[in-house]
Order: sequence, then structure tokens, then C-alpha cells
Amino acid sequence: MKLKTLTAASLAATMALGAGAVSADLTFPSLSYRTGPYAPNGIPFADGYADYFTLLNERDGGIGGEKINFIECETGYNTEKGVECYESTKGQGALVYQPLSTGITYQLIPKATADDIPVHSMGYGRTSAANGKVFSHIFNYPGTYWDAASIIVKHILDQEDGDINGKTIALVYHNSAYGKEPIRTLEELAKKHGFNLTLLAVDHPGQEQKSQWLQIRRERPDYVLMWGWGVMNQVAVQEAANIRFPMDHFIGVWWSASENDVLPTGDGSNGYKAINFHGVGKDFPLYDDLQKHVVDTGKAAGDGSNLGTVLYNRGIYAAMLASEAARTAQEIHGVSNITSAQMRDGMEALKIDQARMAEIGLPNFGPDINVSCDSHGGPGQAAIMQWDAGAKSWSLITDYTGADREVVDALIMEDSAAYATENNITPRSCG
Amino acid sequence: MSPMILNTIEVMLNGLMTGVMYSLVALGFVLIFKASGIFNYAQGVMALFAALTLVGFQSGQIPFSHLINVVFGTDYHNWGPGMNAFLAILLTMAVMVLLAWLVERLVLRHLVNQEPIILFMATIGLAFFMEGLGDMMWGANIKVLDIGLPSGGSFWWEDVTRVWATEGSEYYGMYIDVLDVWAAGIAIVLVIALTLFSQYTKTGRALRAVADDHQAALTVGISLRTIWIVVWSIAGFVALVAGIMWGSKSGIQFSLSLIALKALPVLILGGFTSIPGAIVGGLIIGVGEKLFEFAIGPLIGGATENWFAYVLALMFLMFRPQGLYGDKIIERV
Repeated sequence: MKLKTLTAASLAATMALGAGAVSADLTFPSLSYRTGPYAPNGIPFADGYADYFTLLNERDGGIGGEKINFIECETGYNTEKGVECYESTKGQGALVYQPLSTGITYQLIPKATADDIPVHSMGYGRTSAANGKVFSHIFNYPGTYWDAASIIVKHILDQEDGDINGKTIALVYHNSAYGKEPIRTLEELAKKHGFNLTLLAVDHPGQEQKSQWLQIRRERPDYVLMWGWGVMNQVAVQEAANIRFPMDHFIGVWWSASENDVLPTGDGSNGYKAINFHGVGKDFPLYDDLQKHVVDTGKAAGDGSNLGTVLYNRGIYAAMLASEAARTAQEIHGVSNITSAQMRDGMEALKIDQARMAEIGLPNFGPDINVSCDSHGGPGQAAIMQWDAGAKSWSLITDYTGADREVVDALIMEDSAAYATENNITPRSCG
Repeated sequence: MSPMILNTIEVMLNGLMTGVMYSLVALGFVLIFKASGIFNYAQGVMALFAALTLVGFQSGQIPFSHLINVVFGTDYHNWGPGMNAFLAILLTMAVMVLLAWLVERLVLRHLVNQEPIILFMATIGLAFFMEGLGDMMWGANIKVLDIGLPSGGSFWWEDVTRVWATEGSEYYGMYIDVLDVWAAGIAIVLVIALTLFSQYTKTGRALRAVADDHQAALTVGISLRTIWIVVWSIAGFVALVAGIMWGSKSGIQFSLSLIALKALPVLILGGFTSIPGAIVGGLIIGVGEKLFEFAIGPLIGGATENWFAYVLALMFLMFRPQGLYGDKIIERV
């Protein structure tokens, strides 16, 4: 009897979900990970992504008069599950995918291109996808890992009065495709600026890093950069504090820069720096609306405690970029109920200046966005932020600055050309 | 001494300390395998679950608060300001004993006389269940663990060893993490306590009897079920200690369960049935992997520790298939 009731309830729930998918107009799937070892990072991002769309539905009635259908699918940060999520949701009118995993992104590049659905791998995934001539459906604005490496080195140059010749920079990286992403760029920048590059790989998951930090303590590099994820970040910050490495000379990529990464170390993490491509905190008008229309009405994806944290803000930013692209697509094609192909056009024509950011309620929350047919990486800009352990908060300490385009663009061209050759892709003309 | 020699000593010393941390995890596996022949896949998750529960008690968090709030539309998260570390540890231990009782009652009791592989599969299920339960009870966010243990590099040791270097050489002194020293001290106390327990208490002797021969132990009136509860409780306590030590370095988070992976080469090397084997195996793996990474790692791209630990363990297996201290299995047809 109980089993029958359960089956009937499941069927009813499935039908209700199905009905929801049909009746709604603009479908945004969210490949989230709220379970597993990486859940502490996946949850705030997923909450931010969901809450922004909920806000648009509640406050504005959707985008351009069309309600938003938001579908969440749990990947557990597992590539196979991520692909399953893609396959199971693409038929529901998905407009754009934010895979939230480099592994899933790599799998979706050929699939989504064939299905005519755009992918926004915001600040992750395949860096050379910034070349829109080769990767027609993949977007990674507002910046890539190679931009990040270059901007961090620019920051170090600023700190050292423009001369880092003979200095040593160590890279502590997750021993995976993701962690190895900045190496080529850093090697090129080392040649250009004359610094020595030391590479220190950390095996997954990164619970044990004693060898790497003993080496850093012995060799005393001038700066340490980190390309880590999950527990690797917390252990690295703790080990750096243990060996009393100067924290303001320790700089992480944007995935090594959430509150989760620094809070376990307490005061020892004070001064740790990281690169970021969006604002910090919740001192923006949009957050008042979020509180009023989403949190206070009980419609938030979480309990509201994540508002203003780095990864929640990143989810908000990703959803804002997606909705602005949808708005752009509606304007270009003159229809409100857009398709994924039209969404792709909107993403490729996306322009967001500071006036628009202020209208949205996020003044100076990110750099100006300027995507084009040949550049899917957008502005390639980011800022440096620093952790204040006493106040338990991040603050941006630089303006949004651009990468060394001479170095980065050449690498993007080289890598994307190799991909095009391997996959028999004829780069399209961008007029 | 030249800085090179001092650096090598430093690497060995830190390898020993890391080895102790591995041993803490391996001990839990050994205890259960020795008493019941079960390879407990859930040992890493037990460490995570114990640490989550400890922080939950310390911070005054209401278990299952997310579920309660969703079902009843409430907004409860904490029952109060929390409690001191000692009381929280005692309560966590009580939870681990309760867990041991439940495991015996709901899982092991129904699988008596089953093949070891069936019991192993049951512990895989248990691991996933406990991970989900821990998530529902305490949430998936990273928790800061502070029970007052000191951590960070020892200034004293740096000063003492700095003068050992050849005069004029650039040497900063030897590094050792105070938390690792505490872990070593706790591991020594733990091993002594376990040895005394198994040698001089009635329950301990019963435990050894079961480990030696289940059938014979049953014939003299030893309750297998009680022994299982005792041994799973002790393994729960060891898991709590391991969870505290590892969690102090990284915060309490779900990847803590992966520390079990670091115990496997220790078990291969030390044997699945020996407490001294878990300790000596941990030390050999710790020193071996750190020395290899120090001497050879930079030549081959680094990150050698994960795989080298297994290579080292397998090399030992070539000469002693039962592990350093494991019992030699002779099966007669």
C-alpha cells in the first residue's frame, strides 16, 4: 500500500515537473553540485544562480515578459553525471548551460555545438574556447585562466615597481588538466619578464601537502600562486600560515578564493590574495531586492546566509550574464520566446557597460562586458582581492585590469588552431 | 652539518609525522579486520561523521535542522552557544557507540557466516549511508574545528636546529608542525591504551580470542555480537581521533572521508591484523614517500606521493605477502 502511494506520488510529481517545463518559456538549467566533497563550493554558487532567476520572476515577471523555468540537476561534480544531466534536460528547451566543471565542459563542447545550445563556462573550462571562430557555441567571458595568470603577474609587477627579473614565482597547482592550465602562460611570461618559475604539483584531493610547502620554505620563492580546488585550498592556506609565508605574496586563482578557503586557518590567513572577476560583499542595491522578493518570501534556494559570499556572488553574476544575454537575444530577433540558437546570438552580441550594471542594481560589480564573434572571452579583465581575517571579509584592492593580450591571445590562437585541426573544424569568418 | 643533510633530516622527520597521521587512520581498519575479518570501507566516513558530530556539538548546531526547517517551515539552526571541547568529545563518543550498536543490530547481525566480500559490500553501503546521514544532520558546509590544539611551525625547534648548520650557510632551521607532534603523542598514548586494554582487561582478552578463532571463542561463551559492538566502538573512537587531527588542518568537510585512501598502502605494508604493523607501516610509508618526493620528485614533475606509497607497499609485499606484521595464512586442503 505504501509502495503504491509512493509510486503514485512520484508519478504525480514527475507529471507536475513535466507540466512546468512545458508551460514555462525561458528554460535555464543549472548543473549544480550540492552533494559530495565539493558541495561546500557548489551550494553557494547554485543558490546565487537560482536566486537571481527567482528574483527576475518575482519582481519583473521574468525576462522580456517571459517567465523563467529554472531546472536544477545534481552532478556531484562528476563528469559522467554532468553529461547525464545535460542529456536529460536539453530536450526541455534549455537555452544555455553553465556546467560548473571543467571536466563536464570538455565533454559538452562537441555535444552542445552539435545540438545548437550555447555553453557558458564562466572563468573555467577550455581557455582557448575564447576563440569564437573555432568554438562557435562555447563562451568563457569575462575572463580565462590565462587571463588570470597574466593579470596576477601584472599585479606582482606593480608590487615590485615593474621589475621582477630574477625573482622566483612558484605555482602550487592541482595535478589535473585544470591545475595545469596556467603553466604555459606563466612560462611565456617568465621568458618575457625574466622571473624563475617553480612548479609544484599537488595530487588530488590535496589533503597532504607537506612536501610542497617544505620545498617552498627551503627555496623561499618571492611569490606563490595557487590553482587549487576543494580541500587543496584550505590545506595550502593552512600550510602557508604554518611556515609563516608572507600571505600578501600568496595569490590564488578565483577558484581558490572563497570564504571556505580561508576561514579554517583563522588569523593565519590574513592578507591572502586572490584574483576575482566580480564584486565582493552585498553592498549593492540588487541585494536589497533579493532580500525583499526572494529571501523574506521564503523563495530562496538556501537559507539566505550565503548572500554576499564570494561563490554566491559568482552564481548571481553568472545568472545576470545569462539573463542579459537572453534580453539581448530578444532584442536582436524581435521575439520574447527565444530558442537556444537565438540565445547563442545574444551571448555573442552581449554588451554590458557600467550604466547598465547600475540599472541592474550591481554598480561596479564587474568589468564592462564586450563579447564578439571572434572573442568569446569578453574583456579578459579581473581584479585582485585580499582577505581580512579580523573582519572576515574580502575587499577588492585593485581596479579591473586586462591581461597581457600579446602573450595570451597568441596562446589562444595556437591552441584553438590545434583543436580545429584535430576536429576538422573550419574556423568561421567573423566578417 | 651542510644544509643539504639537514634538509634531508627535516624531510624524514616530517615524513615520520605524516606517517603517524596515516597510522591513525589505518588503526581503525586493523581493529575491525582483526576482530571480525571485515575490511571496513566506511572507516574514512566514520572519521568524517565523528568530526562533523563533534563540531556540531561544539557549535550548538541542531541536528537535521535543514530538514526540520523545510518540513515545519521553521528557522531553527542552533540550540544554544554550544559546549566545551571535552564534553563535546564525550558526547561524540557516545554517538559513535550508538552507531556501533546500530551497525551490529541492523547490518552485521543479519550477515553472520556470509562471505567476506558480502560484508565488505555492506560496509560500502554503510559508507554512502553515513555520508548522506552526516550531510542531513550537520550540513555540507566547511566547519572550523578548534579543540585548543596548537598548530603551526615550532619556533623553538627552528632556533635549536638553526645552529646545526655549517657556519655561513643560509639555513633557516628545521620545520616541524606542532600539531603533528601532538598527533604523534596522541597516537603513542592510543597504541599503549589499546595494548593495555587487549592484554589486561576481560573484554580485551575476549576480543583477542575472537580474533584468533571465532568458533573457539563462541564455544567458551564469548558473545560475538558484544565483541562486534565493542570493536566498532573502539574503531569509532580511533576514527574520531583521526578526524580531529586531519580536520584541524583543513576544516571539517566531506573530502575528509578520502583520508582512507592514505591508509590503504599502510595496511598493505603493515598487515591488516597488526596494530604495531599499522604504526610501523605508517611511518615507513610517510618517510618513504616524502624522501622520494624530495629526491626524485622534482626530476619527474612532482606529485609522486600518492602512487609511490603504493609502489613502496607492493615492493614489501614481494618479500612478505602478509605484510610486515600480518599473520601468515596457511590453508590446508
